[in-house]
Amino acid sequence: MSGVRVLVGTRKGAFILTADGKREQWDVSGPHFAGWEMYHLKGSSVDPNRLYASQSSGWFGQTIQRSDDGGKTWEPVGNEFVYDGVPGTHQWYDGTQHPWEFARVWHLEPSLTDADTVYAGVEDAALFRSTDAGKTWQELSGLRRHPSGPSWQPGAGGMCLHTILLDPSNPDRIFIAISAAGAFRTDDGGQTWKPINHGLRSQGIPDEEAEVGHCVHRIAMHPERPNVLFMQKHWDIMRSDDAGDSWHEVSGNLPSDFGFPIAVHAHEPETVYVVPIKSDSEHFPPEGKLRVYRSRTGGNEWEALTHGLPQTDCYVNVLRDAMAVDSLDSCGIYFGTTGGQVYASADGGDTWSAIVRDLPSVLSVEVQTLP
Amino acid sequence: MIRVVLPAHLRTLARIDGDVEIELEGPVTQRAILDAVEGRYPMLRGTIRDHVTLRRRPFVRFFACAQDLSHEAPDTPLPDAVAQGVEPFMIIGAMAGG
Repeated sequence: MSGVRVLVGTRKGAFILTADGKREQWDVSGPHFAGWEMYHLKGSSVDPNRLYASQSSGWFGQTIQRSDDGGKTWEPVGNEFVYDGVPGTHQWYDGTQHPWEFARVWHLEPSLTDADTVYAGVEDAALFRSTDAGKTWQELSGLRRHPSGPSWQPGAGGMCLHTILLDPSNPDRIFIAISAAGAFRTDDGGQTWKPINHGLRSQGIPDEEAEVGHCVHRIAMHPERPNVLFMQKHWDIMRSDDAGDSWHEVSGNLPSDFGFPIAVHAHEPETVYVVPIKSDSEHFPPEGKLRVYRSRTGGNEWEALTHGLPQTDCYVNVLRDAMAVDSLDSCGIYFGTTGGQVYASADGGDTWSAIVRDLPSVLSVEVQTLP
Repeated sequence: MIRVVLPAHLRTLARIDGDVEIELEGPVTQRAILDAVEGRYPMLRGTIRDHVTLRRRPFVRFFACAQDLSHEAPDTPLPDAVAQGVEPFMIIGAMAGG
């Protein structure tokens, strides 16, 4: 019988939540790597038992863990992330130049075709790739060496490369996003990159429509329609129909267009999910009501999904990597909160229930649909 | 036999039960000890000192014989009591919450 495996990264360890296809009864495993910040875990679509995990600590730095049995056992693999050549500098918060310094891995994206190949998005912003199952890592330095690199500036959470989207129809095309530089695309397998931020408008930067400098929080695509991208920017929900060459706003009737995650339904490419947050300083839902908003029209027209979610006195946040969808016939949606809840909906968002309520603050949620 | 005490999280990472015991030929220094520990437990590379610069990570300290030796040069000989295995060389995660 089919099932799901939800991989949850928290500030103090990782948890693995499993259920059969009904998604009613859950088994909770963890904490794995107790005490460590688990920024992200993700499984390979080629081999679902191959998992990669980013484990980090303010004391002991970065480690990458790999599992070959679906998370039952783990092995530490390579943790040497060295920038290619002389790294140079980028803008610091105060506008001065600051050396590029590796801090941590924010996001791991396994290849769509090879279980031993995995990409890592890191802070300070750069893209690394391993082709030996995480043992060694090489920077795809064409991104960081883009002429705009010295002008990139960190967002409040650091200058992180947090989004990596691999185009299923074109192995040479990768989309990435950096806070607060913006979105970039390569069409030659990572050698060269172009900013894809035309149409974004961001108050608070000198040129609101600058080529780079936008705080992109997350990008999502439907795998069968990789030229259509949805973006949660710092403020604004954006849509591109030309692989990022141009964007237009689809925030529509949302109560707030600030937020972090964005996801696309597994079977309906025009169905999109966001979690509105009040503002960039008030990182909690408007009115204390935790609401996922769903658009079935590819944006602009949004409906609140509230059934089973707290509608009074709720002041948690949902971080950018903390929402995911499964691909069962009735698409499941999952998200985790900074309050330690992981909510699941097995009916496309109509109804929700908490799988767990009291984990450490959730950093990331990924889901694997298992045969 | 030189005894090395690791912080709990690094013992877990390297699956070490108890102290690490190493034999060294030549001067007993921080660098020699760390080289030996990392050689035996490669997963600890980068967790105590930087991969490239080999500088101690900011929230890691080196104690021995009731002294903080963190700021000693890495090739400075350690106290005889450490070299003779009477006192352990302690790698400490700084006392800090979070």
